[in-house]
Amino acid sequence: MTQTIRELQVSPLADAVDLPIEGPLLPAPVVRFARHIAQRLLPWAVPVGLIVLWQIASSQGWLSTRVLPAPLEVVKAAWTLAASGELWTHVKVSAGRALAGLAIGGGLGLLLGLLTGSIKLFETLLDSTIQMVRNIPALALIPLVILWFGIDESAKLFLISVSVFFPIYLNTFHGIRNVDPGLIEMGRTYGLGRWQLYKQIILPGALSSILVGLRFSLGLMWVILIVAETISAQAGIGYLTMNAREFLQTDIVLVGILLYALLGKLADVFAKGLERYWLRWHPGYQA
Amino acid sequence: MTTSSSLQPQGVRLEVRGVDKRYGARNVLKKTELVIEPGEFVAIVGRSGCGKSTLLRLVTGLESVSGGAIRIDGDPVDGLSSSTRIMFQDARLLPWKRVQDNVALGLPPAQRGAAADVLARVGLGDRLGEWPARLSGGQRQRVALARALVHNPRLLLLDEPLGALDALTRIEMHRLIEGLWRQSGFTALLVTHDVQEAVALADRVILIEDGQIALDLRIDLPRPRVHGEAAFAQLEKRILDRVLQKPDVEATPEPTWPGVPAHGLRWAV
Repeated sequence: MTQTIRELQVSPLADAVDLPIEGPLLPAPVVRFARHIAQRLLPWAVPVGLIVLWQIASSQGWLSTRVLPAPLEVVKAAWTLAASGELWTHVKVSAGRALAGLAIGGGLGLLLGLLTGSIKLFETLLDSTIQMVRNIPALALIPLVILWFGIDESAKLFLISVSVFFPIYLNTFHGIRNVDPGLIEMGRTYGLGRWQLYKQIILPGALSSILVGLRFSLGLMWVILIVAETISAQAGIGYLTMNAREFLQTDIVLVGILLYALLGKLADVFAKGLERYWLRWHPGYQA
Repeated sequence: MTTSSSLQPQGVRLEVRGVDKRYGARNVLKKTELVIEPGEFVAIVGRSGCGKSTLLRLVTGLESVSGGAIRIDGDPVDGLSSSTRIMFQDARLLPWKRVQDNVALGLPPAQRGAAADVLARVGLGDRLGEWPARLSGGQRQRVALARALVHNPRLLLLDEPLGALDALTRIEMHRLIEGLWRQSGFTALLVTHDVQEAVALADRVILIEDGQIALDLRIDLPRPRVHGEAAFAQLEKRILDRVLQKPDVEATPEPTWPGVPAHGLRWAV
């Protein structure tokens, strides 16, 4: 297996080096095709090479499994966990926590952002307070949160909600403030009522900014989830890794880390998909 | 359009009587007097900051007069009116709505078909499903024109709608606007800084200087008007000379309209 991976890696490089010399002997489309393949594969050379190197170092015994298990071991651990169903329960618990926190914090952020962005009274009443609280890092609240909620679910939900609230709130507020006043004036002269103005002009105009807030929130959501689950949990990816740490199962720890990475990436792809759909009118999202 | 031109409502009679408009200590319009007969096409020219756009905003009902009165068919203007439509310098299309939905803005859903009809009349019948970002400047203004006309306005206000277009597209748009005006019979009030445009389109050209009407000239050229003709060029020169007569003493910018402040900032955390 290692051998084949290495060969795959080496060959395009070799082509790229060899082809200019052999150029005149080969037909031009073949040369171009080979160059194209080399261009596509080249970015993968370093990560694949590193994994290969890591695998060799582990199997040769240069790298202790207590420091880092071999990549194959990690794959195997992931497979066993998946086969036993344990993996999915933990992923489900973690994703459930993250999404519940996002729904609560993000929903409140959106609601308050819409209120303060649209109604002057609410801005004067709330905005400066929110701007002050914004400067407190969510993680600084951990001691207080533990005192309030203990170490059960509500503590984790609270931490995630607090941290996702601010990016969505701020971007909603500024999104609404940035809607082109010319468009609003146009809507008024064309006889749109307050609700129609809001639905057809203000909300769509603020949407790109709101989605930026959502993407920031999604990134933050996973960071806070990891910390919250590492403090204490009876289930979830954090529990899985902390438990594995006690038994020196570095392969499972690595599986947990990779799972976090995968879920984070998935959330980002989802947010990008939303952008591509809702902002399809924008020249930046058109093919 | 579903209604034939005989069913079209007639243009309105617009009266501007002794209108004053002040922004703080600045007197933008001073005792302005102007009467426009139903179906007339009037162009207002003047240097920037002379008060011509302000007059248009007062007629639209976007702002209220400081003194005097503006009457449409005898009724004083009080806020926005459904029989008045305005076309702005920038097309102000909603970028997140397709062309047909932009034109149908403010129409009941049942009348969405009327939007397609008007778009066909401005020559965009094949671009109904396009995003505004994909259109050229001239096409965008044609969509904006269709959006104004779909409501069968009795008074169409044009606030330098062609200022940002190239010369060829402007001539095309002149023909289009003139043709639609002759078919529909609405009263038209055009604000422009382009004297040639004013002479090409208007029955009367009015020059505003320092918030007062300095010239009111009837243009009796047969339509459609040809830009190169001697009579055309003579009228154009006469108005231009009059505009340039007064040296540009103060290049005061147009007052900024109160609106939502636009911050260029976007916050993350």
